[in-house]
Amino acid sequence: MESLGSTRRSFAPWLDPNAEPYIRFENVTKSFGDFAAVDDLSLTIYEREFFALLGASGCGKTTLLRMLAGFEKPTSGRILLDGQDLLGVPAYRRPVNMMFQSYALFPHMTVEANIAFGLKQDRMPKAEIADRVAQMLKLVRLEQFAKRKPHQLSGGQRQRVALARSLAKRPKVLLLDEPLGALDKKLREATQFELMDLQQELGLTFVVVTHDQEEAMTMADRIAIMDRGKVMQVATPAQIYEAPASRFVADFVGAINMFEGEVLEAAAGRARIRDRSGVEFSLDNGGDASAGTTAWLAVRPEKVQVTRERPDGAVNAMEGEVWDIAYLGDMTVYNIRLNDGRLVKASVLNSLRRIEDALTWHDRAWISFAPDAGIVLIR
Amino acid sequence: MSRFLAFIASRLVIAVPYLWLLVFFLVPFFIVFKISLSQSAIAIPPYLPVFRFNEGIEGLLRGLRELSFENYGWLLDDPLYVNAYLSSLKIAAVSTLLTLLVGYPMAYGMARAPHSLRPVLLMMVILPFWTSFLIRVYAWIGILKPEGLLNQFLFFLGLIDQPLIIHGTTAAVYIGIVYSYLPFMVLPLYATLEKMDYSLVEAAEDLGCTPISAFWKITVPLSLPGIVAGCMLVFIPAVGEFVIPDLLGGSRTLMIGKTLWDEFFANRDWPVSSAVAIILLLILVVPIAYFQRAQARAREEEN
Repeated sequence: MESLGSTRRSFAPWLDPNAEPYIRFENVTKSFGDFAAVDDLSLTIYEREFFALLGASGCGKTTLLRMLAGFEKPTSGRILLDGQDLLGVPAYRRPVNMMFQSYALFPHMTVEANIAFGLKQDRMPKAEIADRVAQMLKLVRLEQFAKRKPHQLSGGQRQRVALARSLAKRPKVLLLDEPLGALDKKLREATQFELMDLQQELGLTFVVVTHDQEEAMTMADRIAIMDRGKVMQVATPAQIYEAPASRFVADFVGAINMFEGEVLEAAAGRARIRDRSGVEFSLDNGGDASAGTTAWLAVRPEKVQVTRERPDGAVNAMEGEVWDIAYLGDMTVYNIRLNDGRLVKASVLNSLRRIEDALTWHDRAWISFAPDAGIVLIR
Repeated sequence: MSRFLAFIASRLVIAVPYLWLLVFFLVPFFIVFKISLSQSAIAIPPYLPVFRFNEGIEGLLRGLRELSFENYGWLLDDPLYVNAYLSSLKIAAVSTLLTLLVGYPMAYGMARAPHSLRPVLLMMVILPFWTSFLIRVYAWIGILKPEGLLNQFLFFLGLIDQPLIIHGTTAAVYIGIVYSYLPFMVLPLYATLEKMDYSLVEAAEDLGCTPISAFWKITVPLSLPGIVAGCMLVFIPAVGEFVIPDLLGGSRTLMIGKTLWDEFFANRDWPVSSAVAIILLLILVVPIAYFQRAQARAREEEN
């Protein structure tokens, strides 16, 4: 499974059985009344890791972050940071800093005073504070805005002040709650890379909460997919995308075609599945399927080929009609309507400027995919 | 044509509040001011008329010559009045501070209460207004007098063996003012505290502030507009307060409102009491002007 995709850098302490996790959530539950926002959750995060908590709103990801920051107490379970139990350590003594979703800049203080705030709490000498503030302003390129008040700044500038303020104390762990949520698309993309560079440069552990899967995929070393207070899967972006552990994860991240069927045969990693329209598929990667059970075959749209004729020697192929075409410039997404009415999504890269004899609405077409393109899911 | 009408209409709309102020504030003010420059006399009304319109221009001029600031000079000479002003300012200042000390925790608690509970708490703050102010102050006599509820309760607890003498002292006036004006302090404070983003306090704690220091460094500065508004709303009417010192205070509690009342109704000296009122107004205009400016500044800050 490690051969799937390539990680951004050769950094994978989670593969090393001797590596000691930096942050540990051990069977953590947080209930608000009857509702368990976080439900018996265990998770480990390593030093210098860029870790993303990804999930829909209300999945408990922010509650998890707030427990790490010390704003919420777990109902049960333990949270350890660098071997130290954080229970009973108040927020103001934890060596973690948080960048708030709303930025939470102090409106009555200048940019400079906002950044210096945490340092003053530590009673750092004045000259050192001035140095550190200047350094932080330079880092986020806001030198000429030092004397401004937050309401005199643009959204992107405020975001950078919030970042500078949370980094000023050189925390061991930086927590980011939807750090890019309030920025427009262009700025968000640029800032993603800035955050990644910053994290590498400073060698910090980042834990970021986001509902934007693209953001999580771009920035994180590992992603935890959360749903209803539980972790559904923790893996690298490539693993999450190419080897989802369940239908929920497969469906949550990116687009996917799913075929429910019966496992006819499963041996030595290979599997044969008959879907409910009677078509048989054979897969190189059978996952944990066992013969006679129900399983789901999942294929990403970009791994589906669309052709006018059935390709020679194709193992997995189905016939249908071109139902919808969405031309996106770099690629075209086809919705193919199978004979039994189901829609299959296929995206084709437009590597040529002009395609003679391109498929159009209501053309008959075949979809096919290679034996190693699909994933067999049993959950 | 229609544009001209619209112009006239818009001017009329603006004119209404100005007219209102002119008729109901400025004109009475000048009448009082005029009386304050006159002399007391045994007549109805009990002062020398300033303008005798029936004697023509000559009469008017004679009237003007008779005007004098003598009453003001007299007020400043007599330590009774100066002391009454100073004592009023002191009592108002102390009770404003006490009201702030009682009101701030209340407003803070309300602003941090669960959303569903807030309207109820707000209602409880406003509820006393539904009873007459006079009756509520009278009720305090029943509580504070030597054989009143408070002393009975303390006897019952065995905390005292002599009744506490509160009724008829300045302390009773403080209690009365704090009680009566508390809503004027709590409501503006609640309004600013409720608007405040609580994540600012969390951010301060995240950066190393203890909850207490976060309160002083973040919550208090950000609620300053509410503190100023509440203090002004308590201080200004408290300076001229008459009913509370009259009913709860003793003969030694000197307040300018009571002095004013005595001048008007006991001495029937309208010119002097008018002068007392004019000086009181001048004393209060300064904090009101400051309050207005502070509010304007706060508005600018928000925009």
